[in-house]
Amino acid sequence: MDTTALLLSRIQFAFTISFHIIFPAFSIGLAAWLTILEALHLKTGRPAYRVLFEFWLKIFGVAFGLGVVSGVVMAFQFGTNWSVLSKMSGPIQGPLLSYETFTAFALEASFFGVLLFGRSRVPAWFYLFSTAMVALGTTLSAFWIMVNNTWMQVPVGYVVQNGVFVPDDWTKIVLNPVVWVRFPHMMLAAYLTGAFCVAATGAWYLLRNKYHAEARIMLGMGLFLAAVLVPIQIFFGHLAGDYVHEYQRPKFAAIEGRWHDEQPAGEVLIAIPDPAAETNNFEIKIPVLGSLIASMSFTSKEVGLTDFPPQDRPPVVIPFFTFRIMVGCGLIMLAIAWLGSYLSLRNRIERNRFVLWLVFLSFPLPFIAVLTGWYTAEVGRQPWVVYGVLRTADAMTPFLTAREAGVSLVVFCAIYALIFSFGIFYINRLLRAGPAGHLIEPASAAVPNRPMSVAHHALSSGTSYIDDGESP
Amino acid sequence: MIMFWATLLAVSILLYVLLDGFDLGVGILFGMTGSETRRSAMLAAVAPNWDGNETWLVVTAVILWGAFPVAYAGLLPAFYLPLLVMLAGLILRGVAFEYRNKTERMRWIWDLSFAGGSFAAAFIQGLTVGALVEGLPWANGHYAGGDFGWFTPYAALCGIGLCLGYALLGASWLVKKCDGDVREAAYRLLPYLSAGLLIFLIVVFIYSLSEHLEVMDMWFERPYLFVFPMIGAMAAVLLAFSVRYRWDEVPYLMVTVIFLCAFGTLALSFWPYMIPFVLTIEESAAPQSSLAFMFWGEGLFVFPLMLFYTAISYSVFRGKVRSAPRNY
Repeated sequence: MDTTALLLSRIQFAFTISFHIIFPAFSIGLAAWLTILEALHLKTGRPAYRVLFEFWLKIFGVAFGLGVVSGVVMAFQFGTNWSVLSKMSGPIQGPLLSYETFTAFALEASFFGVLLFGRSRVPAWFYLFSTAMVALGTTLSAFWIMVNNTWMQVPVGYVVQNGVFVPDDWTKIVLNPVVWVRFPHMMLAAYLTGAFCVAATGAWYLLRNKYHAEARIMLGMGLFLAAVLVPIQIFFGHLAGDYVHEYQRPKFAAIEGRWHDEQPAGEVLIAIPDPAAETNNFEIKIPVLGSLIASMSFTSKEVGLTDFPPQDRPPVVIPFFTFRIMVGCGLIMLAIAWLGSYLSLRNRIERNRFVLWLVFLSFPLPFIAVLTGWYTAEVGRQPWVVYGVLRTADAMTPFLTAREAGVSLVVFCAIYALIFSFGIFYINRLLRAGPAGHLIEPASAAVPNRPMSVAHHALSSGTSYIDDGESP
Repeated sequence: MIMFWATLLAVSILLYVLLDGFDLGVGILFGMTGSETRRSAMLAAVAPNWDGNETWLVVTAVILWGAFPVAYAGLLPAFYLPLLVMLAGLILRGVAFEYRNKTERMRWIWDLSFAGGSFAAAFIQGLTVGALVEGLPWANGHYAGGDFGWFTPYAALCGIGLCLGYALLGASWLVKKCDGDVREAAYRLLPYLSAGLLIFLIVVFIYSLSEHLEVMDMWFERPYLFVFPMIGAMAAVLLAFSVRYRWDEVPYLMVTVIFLCAFGTLALSFWPYMIPFVLTIEESAAPQSSLAFMFWGEGLFVFPLMLFYTAISYSVFRGKVRSAPRNY
């Protein structure tokens, strides 16, 4: 086996999956937000909701498109680069991912078409239904992905026959209690991502003194939702830590930066781990708190990394820091959400430019938290691809060459850089253009069978308002 | 169980070819026209459905992985570089739908990526089938051809053939969905594309005979397979009539029938192999517990539901898209 090819394949997987997760994290939350907006519009008839819907639908379109195209890559990458994994765990991971495709993708794709082009072709209730179906699709997709990844973290319900993982209890696999911690953790992360992006957009418009009605709705709804969800998220994060403590002790020790057994164990707040010397430099540590967090006890013994042979230990530095970054983002989000909601309730937020700036600048936080959370989970799982039973190094396609892996890595990096930078550029333009104060109506004119083409609709609804202004 | 999933796999591939085939074909034709009016009408004819169409490719991939993991793990790394090109093409053409309408100045980038990406994806799909028909270099239970073992003149020929085929599907879809200029242009192209495809089929047939491809033995063992070309020929005749008399709804149907025949021929001449002459369907199948898990949920209930969504989405967007002059 080619170790360069292995390294390149790992980098490629990390890169493509990191790129991919940004968009689902954003679009799961946005889909739910769109459903709420459409429902509110149907119920109250307030035009502001409709304006917001049309506005966010365009942004959703770009994010969803990027999520779809980068997701297709994932369906192939398991096979091209990790054929041993595909073959061995195919009987379990294959069916799980096929459930994802069957239950989610077809639903999303079909109803998303209705969302973009069908407003005037279907009754209002069906349009709302389509929006809800897209949201349901994104949720189902997340669910199956979490079941699949959880099986890789905590494999259950299988026996090994002829070198293949043969499922013998699907209820254990799908109803694994760990799934029901990690799936909500991911969903909450996605909702928070949506909430912060929406609130930040509202704050930005208020700072620029524009679109007051819409901005106030965005800011209020985003902040209140976040204020409620962040604490719940922290609780689920704690539960996620419990499963790591129970099933993945080396990962837990790496996250904690604990090299040796301690009783009672301290909690390292921050340090620079030194894997060569198996110790931490510049450590700030709170005594006993480690035992309390890990085992809810003042006296428990917590294991250190040196209990495990070096070949079974995960890399320490990455999970140690990514975990702390994730938690840090979470705490900052909590502070911003509560402060913002408090001021919002007292009607003081619009005059408080400092807090508006804070909220506006907070939008990268949930993305960073999602990414670093996943890095903690996935890097911490190493050196295993299926925890405890299949090593990453043994999972690669045996005849993959460094040349092939190198070419594909370069191609994916180049293409993703291109589509990502344009995606951000266009989303930024859509945001700058803002929600129009008036409803654009080519939606009805766009019905095929009428003398205006769908393309023109796609054009006018897809173009920013600035461009529309240029074309009378 | 194995047969059920083999059938579903075949149905998914077929749906993919028929549905994404027309939008990839429209992409290829898109590159051959310069007029913005035509281009936007062509895009409009596929925009609401392309994403759903492409889903069938993912469906195919995951059925292959879930139900036939040995084939999935064997085939995908064998076609490492071609799949990379196909995915790159699909990504670029996919984002083009969203991106090209957001810019005037840089539209050419996305037009190029839409046409080029569609062409690359179609070519690779044909090439893959060609390489499989000819037989992949195989040793010790896995692919042993190196980085370019899949590349042969025959495979490349099949790649070009599928581009022609998809372009034909695309043109017949445009005839059905569009009006005016685009429809006329598509009607003018149809005879050339059909003739091109016919020539391609003849060349492939002669080549297969002269190279003594193993697949040809299958044919002479199973003479009933010749039914397919017969039906295909009849469809081609009807296609010619429908072009002559401008029956808008008919060409797409006839091209579909031709594709069905080609697909049926291929599928039955592969039988009982998943990867011809090295791996059978039985050998590549997942354990019973996996197949059953898939069957009782997605096979029995969700698959029909997916067909239903697809039908809904096509029925919402039925009818013609008119290429009105753009009002600016």
